[in-house]
Amino acid sequence: MASFFTTRLFFISLALVIIAATLPLYVSGYVLGLLTVAFYFGVFAMAWDLLFGFAGEVNFGPTFLIGVGAYTAGILNAQFGWSVYACIVLGALASVIAGLVLALPALRVRGPYFGLTTLVAVLMLQNFIVVFADLTGGEIGLTIPDVITINAGANYWIALGFMTISAAILYGLSQSPIGLVLQASGQDPVQAGALGFNIVKHKLAAFIVSAFFSGLSGALLVFYFGTASVGTVVDVAVGVNVIVSAVLGGRRTVLGAALGAIFLIVAGEFLRPTGELATFIVSAVALLVVLFFPGGFLGAALSREARS
Amino acid sequence: MRAFQILIDGFAISALYALGATGFTLIFGVSGVLNLSHGAIMVAAAVAAWAAASILNVGTYAGALFGVGVALLTSFATYFAVVKPIQDSRRIPNEEKEIFVLTGTLLWGIMIQEVIAYFFTNNAKTVLPIVEGVVEILGVRTPRNEIFTAIVCCFVIALLWLLVNRTRTGKAVLAASMNPRGVTLLGLELTNIYVVVWAIYGILAGIAGVLLGMFLGVSSYSVGPLTASAFSIVVLGGLGSVSGSLIAAFVVGYLETLTAYLISPAYRTIPALLLLVFVMYIRPQGLLGRR
Repeated sequence: MASFFTTRLFFISLALVIIAATLPLYVSGYVLGLLTVAFYFGVFAMAWDLLFGFAGEVNFGPTFLIGVGAYTAGILNAQFGWSVYACIVLGALASVIAGLVLALPALRVRGPYFGLTTLVAVLMLQNFIVVFADLTGGEIGLTIPDVITINAGANYWIALGFMTISAAILYGLSQSPIGLVLQASGQDPVQAGALGFNIVKHKLAAFIVSAFFSGLSGALLVFYFGTASVGTVVDVAVGVNVIVSAVLGGRRTVLGAALGAIFLIVAGEFLRPTGELATFIVSAVALLVVLFFPGGFLGAALSREARS
Repeated sequence: MRAFQILIDGFAISALYALGATGFTLIFGVSGVLNLSHGAIMVAAAVAAWAAASILNVGTYAGALFGVGVALLTSFATYFAVVKPIQDSRRIPNEEKEIFVLTGTLLWGIMIQEVIAYFFTNNAKTVLPIVEGVVEILGVRTPRNEIFTAIVCCFVIALLWLLVNRTRTGKAVLAASMNPRGVTLLGLELTNIYVVVWAIYGILAGIAGVLLGMFLGVSSYSVGPLTASAFSIVVLGGLGSVSGSLIAAFVVGYLETLTAYLISPAYRTIPALLLLVFVMYIRPQGLLGRR
């Protein structure tokens, strides 16, 4: 772990964060707003990568964890008038509970079966939101009265700081012995168990950590947007974007997932003039990366460095 | 009266679900591929049939045939452009191929969906039915098209059963699902078998798509829900088990119809989802699945 602070990856990341931190001094509020959303998405993708890349759990429903966190925070603020910070903390806690609920089937079923369970969890949450429209705002969405701040620069710094801290924790975790055990239990649970590692404990930990960051990020995003709606934090399409980001950036790299998310959101914005074809182009690029560079952006870069 | 209505409507819906899910489960059984572009291929077939019949005015029969043809081509494209490159790739570790196929076909499905939305808009389209009019069965006014749908579905599934169990090609397909290595040792080319399976799949998905377009209508928004329902039916029945999928299709179809008629159409999908979660807990391999 100590040797990490001397690697090229560390210096590149540090330089990128410093450059990113100075951006509010010379770019427009529009760019900042775009990047703010991209940074929250980066945390979604990193949290997903911890579950998939390391614990080997095919989670098709990242938006279940995100949505629970986002909606808990939103409802507590909009319907009960709790303060913003209490709402954010409780949103993250609710998401952890959701993560435990999701972990129960994961300990019993594997692969596509677990994938479907997570997909069903998202569909159930979506149905729940539409059915209990009085509480959740239904299909229209929930308007949140409070915001953290309306200053674009401050919002940007909060998002950047949050993403940097999350990245440090998640990356550190993935490179620690815990990450190695997770990776082992994802690839061959029987052998990992035979070596004396408590797989159940490690997997539960992975679910809790992933859920915590997803929920926290979802809650922060809700207070940035000022609204919580199915289309922005729950819909399966949002989950697909999270998965595509992580695979695009490089699975099992954690940091790559954040890069993938930023790329996806910025590219989507650049392609806006192409209108309806934007999604097509982004999906096609992602498919080409999956087919020809299965390691993703960071995977390709890292393997080149390892070879030289 | 209402009981008969549920019985008849439920049967047509279930038969349609069964047809859609059969191809999906066949591909998984033989080549271990979960094709998440399934919904997109069905919608492509329906929209193609609609476009041929309504814009080019070729008539309902030719339109339906054209739709099935488009599904067949899309199915081959899925296999050769997405699934086969991933299966043959040496850079993707074997244990991760499954998730790559899932991601790849998912992206491919989104691409098909966007192309359909770009050229034919997101509006719902109803394919002109081959048979029109209504008849009265047991006191229930039933569209002839609904009966036609149910009959075609059952007929095609029976045909598939004959093909798999009574022909040489079908037996090779069956053998490949049991032991791929054994099949290659007997001198059969595995790729050829896969091509046959994808062809069968394309035709099944095409027929199901066109019938769905005539019965309920489709739009590019139906892609996700269609894939999800096929996926859940197949998992409920047990991945790779065709008879399991048929049973599961009828369970889900009737459960949805019952909910829609007796409680509210808004809650239509909820009991089926609950059942699915329940079955996953007590019997993770599905109703008739083998592990």
